[in-house]
Amino acid sequence: MALIEMTAAGLYCRAGDFHIDPWRPVPCAVLTHAHADHARAGSARYIAASEGLELLRLRLGSLAPIEGRAYGERFDLGSARVSLHPAGHILGSAQVRIEADGEVWVVTGDYKRDPDPTCAPFEPVRCDVLVTEATFALPVYRWPPAERVALEVLAWWDACVRERIPAVLCCYALGKAQRLLAELARLTDRPVHLHGAMAALVDAYRQAGVPMLPTRPVSDAPRGRDFAGELILAPPSAAGTPWMRRFRDASLGFASGWMQVRGHRRRRGYDLGFVLSDHADWPGLLATVHDSGARRVLAMHGDADAFVRHLRESGIDAAALRSDFARDEGSA
Amino acid sequence: MRAFAELYAAFDRSTATSAKLAALRRWLAAADSGDAAWGVHLLAGARLSRVLAPAQLKRLAAESAGLPDWLVDECHAHVGDLAETVALLAVAANPDPDHAPAAGLADWVRRIVRLRTVDEHQRAAIVRGWIEALGPSERFVLLKLLTGALRVGVSRGLVVRAIAEHAGLPPARVAERLAGDWSPSAAAFDALVAPDETAAADTARPVPFCLASGLDQPVEALGERDAWLAEWKWDGIRAQIVRGTAGAWLWSRGDEALDGRFPEIEQAARAMPPGVVLDGELLAWRGDGPLPFARLQRRVNRRRPGATLLAECPVRFLAYDLLREHDRDLRAQPLRDRRARLERLLADAPPAIGLSPILAAEDWAGLRALRETARAHGVEGLMLKRLDSSYRPGRRRGDWWKWKLDPLTVDAVLVYAQAGRGRRAGLHTDYTFALWDRDALLPVAKAYSGLDDAEIVRLDRWIRAHTVERFGPVRRVEPVQVFELAFEGVQRSSRHRSGIAVRFPRILRWRHDKPAAEADRLETLRAIAGGG
Ligand SMILES: [Zn+2]
Repeated sequence: MALIEMTAAGLYCRAGDFHIDPWRPVPCAVLTHAHADHARAGSARYIAASEGLELLRLRLGSLAPIEGRAYGERFDLGSARVSLHPAGHILGSAQVRIEADGEVWVVTGDYKRDPDPTCAPFEPVRCDVLVTEATFALPVYRWPPAERVALEVLAWWDACVRERIPAVLCCYALGKAQRLLAELARLTDRPVHLHGAMAALVDAYRQAGVPMLPTRPVSDAPRGRDFAGELILAPPSAAGTPWMRRFRDASLGFASGWMQVRGHRRRRGYDLGFVLSDHADWPGLLATVHDSGARRVLAMHGDADAFVRHLRESGIDAAALRSDFARDEGSA
Repeated sequence: MRAFAELYAAFDRSTATSAKLAALRRWLAAADSGDAAWGVHLLAGARLSRVLAPAQLKRLAAESAGLPDWLVDECHAHVGDLAETVALLAVAANPDPDHAPAAGLADWVRRIVRLRTVDEHQRAAIVRGWIEALGPSERFVLLKLLTGALRVGVSRGLVVRAIAEHAGLPPARVAERLAGDWSPSAAAFDALVAPDETAAADTARPVPFCLASGLDQPVEALGERDAWLAEWKWDGIRAQIVRGTAGAWLWSRGDEALDGRFPEIEQAARAMPPGVVLDGELLAWRGDGPLPFARLQRRVNRRRPGATLLAECPVRFLAYDLLREHDRDLRAQPLRDRRARLERLLADAPPAIGLSPILAAEDWAGLRALRETARAHGVEGLMLKRLDSSYRPGRRRGDWWKWKLDPLTVDAVLVYAQAGRGRRAGLHTDYTFALWDRDALLPVAKAYSGLDDAEIVRLDRWIRAHTVERFGPVRRVEPVQVFELAFEGVQRSSRHRSGIAVRFPRILRWRHDKPAAEADRLETLRAIAGGG
């Protein structure tokens, strides 16, 4: 019998009577991380990795009933023994390991295998069945090292300094922005300006002890301030809004795994794409399947068909785990 | 081909005509005539005949990446573009920079054309070797050339306009010259951009700027010191003053009109006789020396400067060339003569327009010593211009050299290496670099970023084979490999054995060409750090 099944509310573990990242209110929700498409309000009880509590409170409200668990700490839910393990996706992100009826299942949540100075590195966990994300599940997705991408960002920023124009870099407000600030802090100490949606999240990372470049809210700048030669981080949703008007003649960049493919960047109208993802690339997905030792792999998110077929051809039992939840590219 | 790949990337980035035009002009200014000829030809719509069918390219990608054919098809469907798909899938199996040919566009076209003389099987093998050795952007452009579909989204009209602006010719004339059976060659390109004797001068417009190349050889290789004029390399804004019959205009490089921003210069220019074009540098200036660039920047930002700003940031134009006088084009004359005329013309000019002084050091050694003092003079280094050179548009190597004191880079020797963690576990990715202090190498910086994957693998192999000593995870290696390092700053520090601390060092490139003995000396950094 399956330890985990897909239900209308999302992934459900019958043995432990809890959901993982449910998209409807449930009695007990284990959360893998604080991205909006994984952490939704309204459930009666939440369990998550302690490192991510601050971020979850920002997302779910300071009064949300969230219990923190240390990575690796084992706890019982119903007849299931559960533990959380670092996923390397963002600060406090976790894989969920579930042991019941003599079987071990692991739900990876979102994860990546590349080093990231803002969070604990992915920890391979052995299991019988692996439920893995498959957001970038084609071999064209192979990430360049983040430090090289940081050098590209710095070179672009320097070019904007020379051309005396602002450099506006769009990136997801939670995770990607902080990772960029941390990677760049190894290369420079120039301050960066932040869109208002990012300030509290950056503060939370700072309080967690992540070293990042100094930041200033754009809203603190006096009216008519000239942002020529400055780097500004903004969420992708800010592109094309009146907020952008103050950055006259700005060069507009986007940091995301999707930028690996030209068509994605061109369709979105960015001047420049930086390939930086907090998800596993193709080699990362294959390595994780291999490291888990799983006899069965269930792939969710993204278009997993090619990945599933490739695993099957390599002798691994695999299937796509379909949900009616249409995931956007929101946190990629 | 890197320059052409960058041009392609610039087109890819931008939908704005102005940005495309600027990218084209940058590329034209830097390209060698043969490469420029092929670039223009291809951009204007010419195609190379196809040497590999799409199915063969997919096969090649599948073999290079070790993937089944159906998965390559899935990728193609996802990416939408075959050349891009192959570029993304092919694995750099041959991480050998020496193997990656640093050839220009014209050379690549020759190579591709030559492919037709070998059989299909060999073709695929040769192409795979190229692709696996090239960097991502060049690899992509090469594949675009091979598939015969170099659609870049520039109109022929825009290409013509860029050439016209580059050469200072009317677009109609360029279009006329490019019409019919234009066949690409260095000579054909030179003829395309040759000055037009019959065209009437447009008296308000600037003349296409002559640009300098960075000096990349010992200065002695330039030959006789007497053949060269030496000046400071000013850290200002390159500009031309055009004094026409109807007024005076100030233009920056890139044909940006600076009118209104520098009224004192325009006023001084109107005191000159009409029919004059001066080439020179706009600088913030006080007393007898330049102010930092940031001061000038404040003036550039203000279209109508107020009295306070004018007083706080006074500016001056230092002329170094005379391109037109009495409405006569002087560009074909030797610099020696233009300079003599310039000095006569400016003999009684108002102080806002001055003469960039000639540095009189007798020999190269004297100039080298002067260059060392550049920082104290608030300049970036020296300019060397051939005295018998004409004034030619763009960056024509050989006549104008910038001999910059580039303060924030050094060539340093790799002395220690340590294995990295995470994704790079097992590979030596943390490096310690040293500079010469008398006869010893003193460590000055640690850097772990800046090399690409192929270089890291190659260097790792070298490190393992050339370890002299091991202390735990750290290996001391033979002091052989030289790297160019960039950094954000240097400070005196008593905590470091070298007496200095560099901030944010990173690797710019691996100097395969440089023996360790020629790496920089510690004094270089100490001089930058300044102080006692
Ligand atoms: Zn996520």
